[in-house]
Amino acid sequence: MTNFVLQNATLPNGTVCDIRIDSGIIVEMGSGLSADEVTDCSGLQVLPGLVDLHTHLREPGFEQSETVLTGTQSAALGGFTAVHAMANTMPVADNAGVVEQVRALGERAGFAEVFPIGAVTVALEGKQLSEIGAMANSAANVRVFSDDGKCVSDPLIMRRALEYVKGFDGVIAQHAQEPRLTEGAQMNEGAVSAKLGLTGWPAVAEESIIARDVLLAEHVGARLHICHLSTAGSVEIIRQAKARGVAVTAEVTPHHLLMTEDLVTSYNAVYKVNPPLRTNEDVLALRAALVDGTIDIIATDHAPHPIEAKDCEWSAAAFGMVGLETAASVAQLVLIESAESTWQRVADVLSHAPARIGQDPNQGQAIEVGSTANIAVIDPSVTRTIEAKTASKSVNNPYSGLKLPGAVVHTIFRGRFTVRDSALVLGGAR
Amino acid sequence: MKHLLSTEDLSSDQAIALLDLADEMALVNEREVKKLPTLRGKTVVNLFFEDSTRTRVSFELAAKRLSADLINFSAKGSSVSKGESLKDTALTLAAGGVDAFVIRHSASGAPFNLAHNGWTNVPVVNAGDGTHEHPTQALLDAMTMRQRLHGMANTRGKNLDGVRVAIVGDILHSRVARSNLHLLKTLGADVTLVAPPTLMPRTEEFAASHSFDFDEVLAQPLDVVMMLRVQSERMNAAFFSNEREYSRNWGLTSERFEKLSSETVIMHPGPMNRGLEICSEAADSPQSAIVQQVANGISVRMAVLYSLISGEHND
Repeated sequence: MTNFVLQNATLPNGTVCDIRIDSGIIVEMGSGLSADEVTDCSGLQVLPGLVDLHTHLREPGFEQSETVLTGTQSAALGGFTAVHAMANTMPVADNAGVVEQVRALGERAGFAEVFPIGAVTVALEGKQLSEIGAMANSAANVRVFSDDGKCVSDPLIMRRALEYVKGFDGVIAQHAQEPRLTEGAQMNEGAVSAKLGLTGWPAVAEESIIARDVLLAEHVGARLHICHLSTAGSVEIIRQAKARGVAVTAEVTPHHLLMTEDLVTSYNAVYKVNPPLRTNEDVLALRAALVDGTIDIIATDHAPHPIEAKDCEWSAAAFGMVGLETAASVAQLVLIESAESTWQRVADVLSHAPARIGQDPNQGQAIEVGSTANIAVIDPSVTRTIEAKTASKSVNNPYSGLKLPGAVVHTIFRGRFTVRDSALVLGGAR
Repeated sequence: MKHLLSTEDLSSDQAIALLDLADEMALVNEREVKKLPTLRGKTVVNLFFEDSTRTRVSFELAAKRLSADLINFSAKGSSVSKGESLKDTALTLAAGGVDAFVIRHSASGAPFNLAHNGWTNVPVVNAGDGTHEHPTQALLDAMTMRQRLHGMANTRGKNLDGVRVAIVGDILHSRVARSNLHLLKTLGADVTLVAPPTLMPRTEEFAASHSFDFDEVLAQPLDVVMMLRVQSERMNAAFFSNEREYSRNWGLTSERFEKLSSETVIMHPGPMNRGLEICSEAADSPQSAIVQQVANGISVRMAVLYSLISGEHND
């Protein structure tokens, strides 16, 4: 089936129309359209296919946690048609060979487009620039570079990286964490860490790096992207930098929009994440910044880990949590249910803006005639109770048991259903 | 009370009941035959993932005086050094039929995980976890304070209402300070924390009554001054410049000891760095309760093991 109509779909701007898709392209929009097959979308919200700028697919190297196949299946169920795969695999994605392999695994799986992110430095060690040019010129066409999980803390290396990627309009995505201020850090530094006796991860360790990097980006006239903002102070620095005209963009994760450090009092390592869950004031500041545009995108930082990495004492546990299948619901909660914003904003933060930052061709396009048919269809009227088990191989799911609004009903990737009626279409888009 | 993980979980009534029971146990420790048959047939596992001869021996004596069978498991020479997880260690030992775990671990919260991750359903006693808590230490400190301040024969049912306590040292990393802070507050004491600014948590709970100036605190009437051990690793992490400066500013030096009222009880959880946080004159003085603390440790641990395993005092 390559010729079909989504009937009575609600567009991000609120208008209702039929969308006809043929051979992977949106070919007609209007009313009363017909095709080989018609899918009733009455009452359903359509969005451009979601784009995640921050996903850990774990392959190659950590296939016990996730593979490109299972990660993109989970992505499709979350409404995503593209994910950016972080570089901290084994071997590290610091050369053309690894990024081309990851890209090819994504194409073979067929559930979402995989854009590999290249490491900024060799082996994520922060010492020597990786083969950024080779990765940019490879078949994977890498445009986003990050040592995520580790901060590019050396100011000279950071400056050079920012300058170097200007040549092809690339971007450095910084994991902002001053390493000396966070030695042995386990959770947000504050009242809860003092009480629990867990080494604190102070807000200033994030904010000082962001402040430095926006100055560096301004100095060299380069694009900078800040991963997973987690503090109110970080929001202020980004706000001021944008006001000065610095080419900085910022992301926030669903979990930092929803959860606070109080969850750590259980010592349940499912809540262990980097940067850590912060205070309620931080959550409120992040939400406000997402609404007012200071923060550009929601990115999941989907970070699968095996059971043994979480069912242990806190300090021995791994950082990270899954989140691909709940991201749209958190966006709906924060932007729509709060009555603070619009579905157009949801489309911006989960599709248009991340695709623009990542320079992704054929992703994040408006739903209009001529666009590639990458579409997420959401039922905003339902409330669902989240289960720990998703399509991900891992179950480190902090949303388990929570009630969240909205459910992804269909995901259409390059004109084919990867998810239909909230179930994977096995065989993918091939 | 199923487990003893934090003194914050103890109500005033529960704490006083435990202390009263510990006073009863102390009478057993004075007998010629220092043994009760109460936990005969019960098995206690001492799970020690961190070196601690003092606390381990104290729990061992406590279990044996209650006639329990005791297994000492220490990380060194065990499978943990070969990489076995806490979970598998707990599952393995629990499979042998255990009635209580006593756990000492370098990771804050490890006893909480042992009690609540579904690995075992027997009582868990926290014998010190990372920089979190050391509840039996706080109980033995409270027991000692009651004896010293109310008189040995006059402790039953008493709290520590209005008792003025200064806790001095590395508050930030001290599990002893945390457990004492919760318990002493519950029992009505008035606690002042004294530390260098680098070793004082910057939060309201701890800041409620803190001072960076030991002499200022000593100038006020004090019933108890509790000195904390300075860990050598702090000196290499820029928390303070060197031992001499620490001692000059936050040590119970002989000069400060001489100015101290002879009524003020001097305490230290041990092991002491004599000449660093406490001078020998103070440690060996009649007003020092340091040896009494050690003796009370056994009684308190007997009371805790008895309460948890026998199921009495449960609510």
